Amino acid sequence: MATLVRLQARSKFVAQQYYFRNSVVDIFRKKEYDAAVKIQSWFRGCQVRAYIRNLHRVATIIQKWWRSYSGRQEYQLIVKFASCAMKMNLYNAMAVRIQRRWRGYRIRKYCFNYFYLKEYLKAVSETNDAIREALEEFAEMKEREEKKADLEREEKKRDYQARKTHYLLSTKQIPGIYNSPFRKDPDPWELRLQKAKPLTYQRSKVKQKRCISLSSWLACTSARSFPRSEILPPIDRKQCQGPFRDITEVLEQRYKPLEPTLWVAEPISELKVAREEFRRQEWMRDVNDNMISKLYYHHLISSQSTENYIQKLDKLSKDFIEEGEKQA
Amino acid sequence: MSQRQVLQVFEQYQKARTQFVQMVAELATRPQNIETLQNAGVMSLLRPLLLDVVPTIQQTAALALGRLANYNDDLAEAVVKGDILPQLVYSLAEQNRFYKKAAAFVLRAVGKHSPQLAQAIVDCGALDTLVICLEDFDPGVKEAAAWALGYIARHNAELSQAVVDAGAVPLLVLCIQEPEIALKRIAASALSDISKHSPELAQTVVDAGAIAHLAQMILNPDSKLKRQVLSALSQIAKHSVDLAEMVVEAEIFPVVLTCLKDKDEYVKKNASTLIREIAKHTPELSQLIVNAGGVAAVIDCIGSCKGNIRLPGIMMLGYVAAHSENLAMAVIISKGVPQLSVCLSEEPEDHIKAAAAWALGQIGRHTPEHARAVAVTNTLPVLLSLYMSTESSEDLQVKSKKAIKSILQKCTYLPALEPFLYDAPPNILKHVVGQFSKVLPHDSKARRLFVTSGGLKKVQEIKAEPGSLLQEYINSINNCYPEEIVRYYSPGYSDTLLQRVDSYQPLTH
Repeated sequence: MATLVRLQARSKFVAQQYYFRNSVVDIFRKKEYDAAVKIQSWFRGCQVRAYIRNLHRVATIIQKWWRSYSGRQEYQLIVKFASCAMKMNLYNAMAVRIQRRWRGYRIRKYCFNYFYLKEYLKAVSETNDAIREALEEFAEMKEREEKKADLEREEKKRDYQARKTHYLLSTKQIPGIYNSPFRKDPDPWELRLQKAKPLTYQRSKVKQKRCISLSSWLACTSARSFPRSEILPPIDRKQCQGPFRDITEVLEQRYKPLEPTLWVAEPISELKVAREEFRRQEWMRDVNDNMISKLYYHHLISSQSTENYIQKLDKLSKDFIEEGEKQA
Repeated sequence: MSQRQVLQVFEQYQKARTQFVQMVAELATRPQNIETLQNAGVMSLLRPLLLDVVPTIQQTAALALGRLANYNDDLAEAVVKGDILPQLVYSLAEQNRFYKKAAAFVLRAVGKHSPQLAQAIVDCGALDTLVICLEDFDPGVKEAAAWALGYIARHNAELSQAVVDAGAVPLLVLCIQEPEIALKRIAASALSDISKHSPELAQTVVDAGAIAHLAQMILNPDSKLKRQVLSALSQIAKHSVDLAEMVVEAEIFPVVLTCLKDKDEYVKKNASTLIREIAKHTPELSQLIVNAGGVAAVIDCIGSCKGNIRLPGIMMLGYVAAHSENLAMAVIISKGVPQLSVCLSEEPEDHIKAAAAWALGQIGRHTPEHARAVAVTNTLPVLLSLYMSTESSEDLQVKSKKAIKSILQKCTYLPALEPFLYDAPPNILKHVVGQFSKVLPHDSKARRLFVTSGGLKKVQEIKAEPGSLLQEYINSINNCYPEEIVRYYSPGYSDTLLQRVDSYQPLTH
């Protein structure tokens, strides 16, 4: 029982002490617990980190190898395309060179020759200059000819004047108008008068013959061209003297009815063949035979028929031969 | 005794008739007497005298009638209405050469006034007798007949066809070969009148072998003959290419070029008409003319004439240049452009100016070199002033506008284009600005010149609708310059600068 009482007396103390020691240890317990937790978490963390680090390292290696692989693939593709492109560019450039040369050659040879054009234009300008010169010369020549003709006309006029006024020439006794004694030399007109031959009476008659070529119809159809006389010949006149034909014959021929000639009757340009023929004979076609027309101009008045032509020709040739014989 | 007295009465009557008819014929030469004669009823008095017994009276009566009919067409109609023509035609066949000449003169005088009168002559069968007269030996008769036929054929194609159907053409060709100059002239003029209407008639004339003889006669010194011959050849050549080629084959070049230097103005005109008609058809014919040196000769001829004589030459240059650019370049190197611009500025008449404008347009429209050649001679401002002036005729305005447009579309010669920026109307301004927008991006010197001459400023002042072609051109010009320059020259820039000056607060320390 003593222990019990002792224990009982001590129990409070023991309780206190128990409590005290437990509570004191509690603080340390938490602290130690926390510390242990910390140490353990830290260690676990390190473990995990090492693990992850390892994983990272491995993943990096895998990725690195993968990337290098795919990069190399891309690179090869790029290189392939680049080389293709380079080759194509080269081919294109070479083809362009060939085409350029060919096109230039073709244009220059077949379509448009620049040098030929230049030559042509030069030739044209040279021809132009030559033509201009030639035409200038031609114009000058014409002018000279005109001037010459004018001078000649003037000269002829003066000559005619001199011939008309030949009586103004000075004689030994009397000096003429143009040879005044107060002058040193005689007037040039005086010299002209000396050279001139005086006009004769017949010249004036010859001059009045009218010229046949008509420059203007109205000018020439003045009263001169028509036979005009003041006094008409009497109606019943004697047979005129001379080798004239019988008047009835003449009137017969004059009023012979119209017989159209071959020229009028036959149409010339009807057939194409005839046209061709005509063209071929173009160069051989004669101008009207002038001798015949001159013969007829004086003898024939209006007759048209071919028989008459032939008759007259025969007659005239006979006359001609007779005359010739007579003269011989 | 009494027989002689009776005969004397007849003689007096004959003398009176002769005197009357001769006086009337003389009076009819002066125009102021003709009215009086007409009122006195001369027609009805002359008509029976045509049937007179005495040939002299007939001839003089016919001559008097011819002179009266020649004067105006009322009298000619009176001749037709008085049934005088059948009598004339009948006696044409029979009488002597003086009567034939007088009767042919009457027919010509009646036929020249109008187609109806000429048709009346054809209807009474005069053509056959006139053609028979063409075969006569007297050259005066031939000339009168050919003249009458020429005047009848002049009016229209049917009458020409009638003359050809009567068989006149071969005889006219024979007449051309005769030695008398007057006859040659008239025959050539008749052939020219016949062939001018249609290609078939021209072909008939060619088939009769006229071209060779006409070509030979170009060398003849007589200028009136040359006029007619050249006119005949040009009427033949104008219808078709074949006819023109046949004319050229007769070796008229280069002889025709000497005619361009003739003293007579109308010979020059007809020669340049002939060359024009030939050049108009195909490029080959134009080439032939250029190779023969024809262009230079025509240009000299243009320089030596004035007025209407120049017109065919100017047109010929236009036709040649129109065919191809090589031919246009040939015209340019023959110094055609200065001559044409002289014509354009000198000539008072609008139609000649129009022709010169058209020719310049044809020359300048091919390539930039051609346009430059035209622009260098300073013709573009003249053309512009003609286009803008209110006094020019419509034809002139249209032609100068077309010429300006076609030259501007190819012109890259900027000094000539610049004046256009200032006074051109909007439709032309568009082309000018377009040309600038084509040239400026490539040429730095031109850009500098453009700025210094004030062109950029002018371009900024142009108002254009956004989205229009003009605006695009202006934009492309503006893109050639740095932005500050463009802003500097844009209108109102000085105002904006001043505003900035107003609103600027100076820094105060």
